[in-house]
Amino acid sequence: MTGAERVREAIEARNREGRAALIPYFCAWDPDLETTRALLWAAAEAGASVVELGFPFSDPLADGPTIQAATQRALRHRPTLEDFLEFVFRLYAEGYPLPVVVMGYYNPFFRFGIKRFAREARRAGLCGAIIPDLPLEEARPWLSEARKRGLATVLLAAPTTPEARLKRLAEASTGFLYYVSVTGITGARDRLPEDLALRLDLCREVSPVPVAVGFGISKPEQVRLLAPHAEALVVGSALVRIVESEGKRAPERVKRFLSELVSAAER
Amino acid sequence: MLPNRHGKFGPFGGRFVPETLMPALYELEEAYRRFRKDPDFRRELSWYLKEYAGRPTPLYPARRLSEALGGHLKIYLKREDLLHTGAHKINNTLGQVLLARRMGKRRIIAETGAGQHGVATATAAALLGLECVVYMGAKDTVRQAMNVFRMELLGAKVVPVTSGTQTLKDAINEAIRDWVTHVETTFYVIGSVVGPHPYPMMVRDFQSVIGRETRRQILRLEGRLPDMVIACVGGGSNAMGIFYPFVRDQVVKLVGVEAAGEGLDSDRHSATLTVGEPGVLHGMMTYLLQDRVGQIKGAHSIAPGLDYPGVGPEHAFLKECGRAEYVAVDDEEALSAFRLLSETEGIIPALESAHAVAYLAKIADRLPKGAIVVVNLSGRGDKDVAAVKEYLSRKEKR
Ligand SMILES: Cc1ncc(COP(=O)(O)O)c(C=O)c1O
Repeated sequence: MTGAERVREAIEARNREGRAALIPYFCAWDPDLETTRALLWAAAEAGASVVELGFPFSDPLADGPTIQAATQRALRHRPTLEDFLEFVFRLYAEGYPLPVVVMGYYNPFFRFGIKRFAREARRAGLCGAIIPDLPLEEARPWLSEARKRGLATVLLAAPTTPEARLKRLAEASTGFLYYVSVTGITGARDRLPEDLALRLDLCREVSPVPVAVGFGISKPEQVRLLAPHAEALVVGSALVRIVESEGKRAPERVKRFLSELVSAAER
Repeated sequence: MLPNRHGKFGPFGGRFVPETLMPALYELEEAYRRFRKDPDFRRELSWYLKEYAGRPTPLYPARRLSEALGGHLKIYLKREDLLHTGAHKINNTLGQVLLARRMGKRRIIAETGAGQHGVATATAAALLGLECVVYMGAKDTVRQAMNVFRMELLGAKVVPVTSGTQTLKDAINEAIRDWVTHVETTFYVIGSVVGPHPYPMMVRDFQSVIGRETRRQILRLEGRLPDMVIACVGGGSNAMGIFYPFVRDQVVKLVGVEAAGEGLDSDRHSATLTVGEPGVLHGMMTYLLQDRVGQIKGAHSIAPGLDYPGVGPEHAFLKECGRAEYVAVDDEEALSAFRLLSETEGIIPALESAHAVAYLAKIADRLPKGAIVVVNLSGRGDKDVAAVKEYLSRKEKR
């Protein structure tokens, strides 16, 4: 199976059980790589389906304060993409069960070389990438390299995306399409837009790949509400906040919290 | 005609932004293309530039400066320093804020480093009765406290940005985050020829009034084109503004002067084109100051308006194709030029503009007799006087 197929299959397997898949986000190196590793294992034990692993960037312009702070903590370790891929490679050597996709801003990939990154990502077992500052118009070179290596190319769609464009984004996505729930940046929110369920239904009508919804999801009630309208749910800031307050002890609490979300994801 | 349909200048430029903003960029581009040809909009903008901002600005023959540099050159200063608010920034903010009003946007946001663009935006917003929020790095709000107060007097709200390096690049990040969140009601007024398409094109067009006037004025005064045009480069808007109408005139040498800060090998400079490398930041592919793995580095210059780790993509293109040359002068050289121009012409230049003067002073000996050189004096130095005084007294103590 290619990386893209693994991602898609992990989501669909969960859907066949009558549940939406959970996709937790962690920022690699926050607060250190050993904790990141423990967090990923905790997520697997809690019943998550895919993991989104952030590669920190100095200028995270689509992120709110929580992930900005995580990025700052992570950057102290002077992370490199070589080390990131090495980390993923070792994780799979240990038998890690979930597909991992990287979430990161474009410049570090560009600097590394996107051809080289696609090749080495494949070798490490990484399953795909989400690049929030690479819209479809700029993504062509990356899409073709990623496709060659079977990596998932997850594009984002937003509330401001017109319908015709939504369709093009969905068709260019592999693995899943990432629907951004709010007009805004990442961060846990108490309230999500009223028409979100409707928008998600529209997405799923036009999308040939599973639709994941993310940005702002932080509570079991929200998961319960949205699970029937999306194949997968991404939870980021709510988890990163736990890492922020608990540090190295976070994995245990993350596991409990994620388990709660997983059991709320009934469709 | 550049940029192309995708906002590319060769490999540079483009729109590297979150999906949420893509429709807004298309909307802005469409509106801009429409109004740019609209006689009514053009008349309105020209009227404000003339009656409110003080255009056209003089092209002043700097005889005593020429004398001081050997007496063999004809040096002209394009006096953008005489404009309302003290710098070329107002050319752009009037254009963008008028466009915002026509697009029905009631809320204006902007980033600012030194505060010059923030003041110019707050000014235009006050003039047209629009709400204005300015993002400014927390460190800059301390360094440039007077400009913060100025913006507040003009009715703007100044938001200190505490993330990252707490300077201009982080203020741009925060302005983009605000825009992503309030994109339906808000117009983001970018302060230089940077950011995603259509900004580099649009800001260039609004600033090109500098070069158009210069071209007309020099032809009237000298009956020929200048041999060289020199401008300082931060993001690159005053330089692009004066270069653009001369780009096709191959006989005119175009020179952009960056800030070498404490030296190019010191890691404390802003010489993006001189020693940076291509990458993606703030929605554009361009030259950047970055480390080996692509993290963006902090920038430094004694001139607050130059310290930005990126540069407009059209400059990156002009560099690659060799049409313009980019050089750097350091803090000390800029300070000497600051004094030289003050003493010889009675003009205290902005520290940014002093970089352009400094480069001319540096190469004057090598230029042929009778050469005509135009220096873009992008702003006046009132804002810098206190900082220069402090810098000099600190140096004396050492
Ligand atoms: C007087 C002056 N000149 C130049 C600059 C640099 O900007 P740009 O390179 O966009 O002209 C600034 C920026 O604040 C400025 O205030």
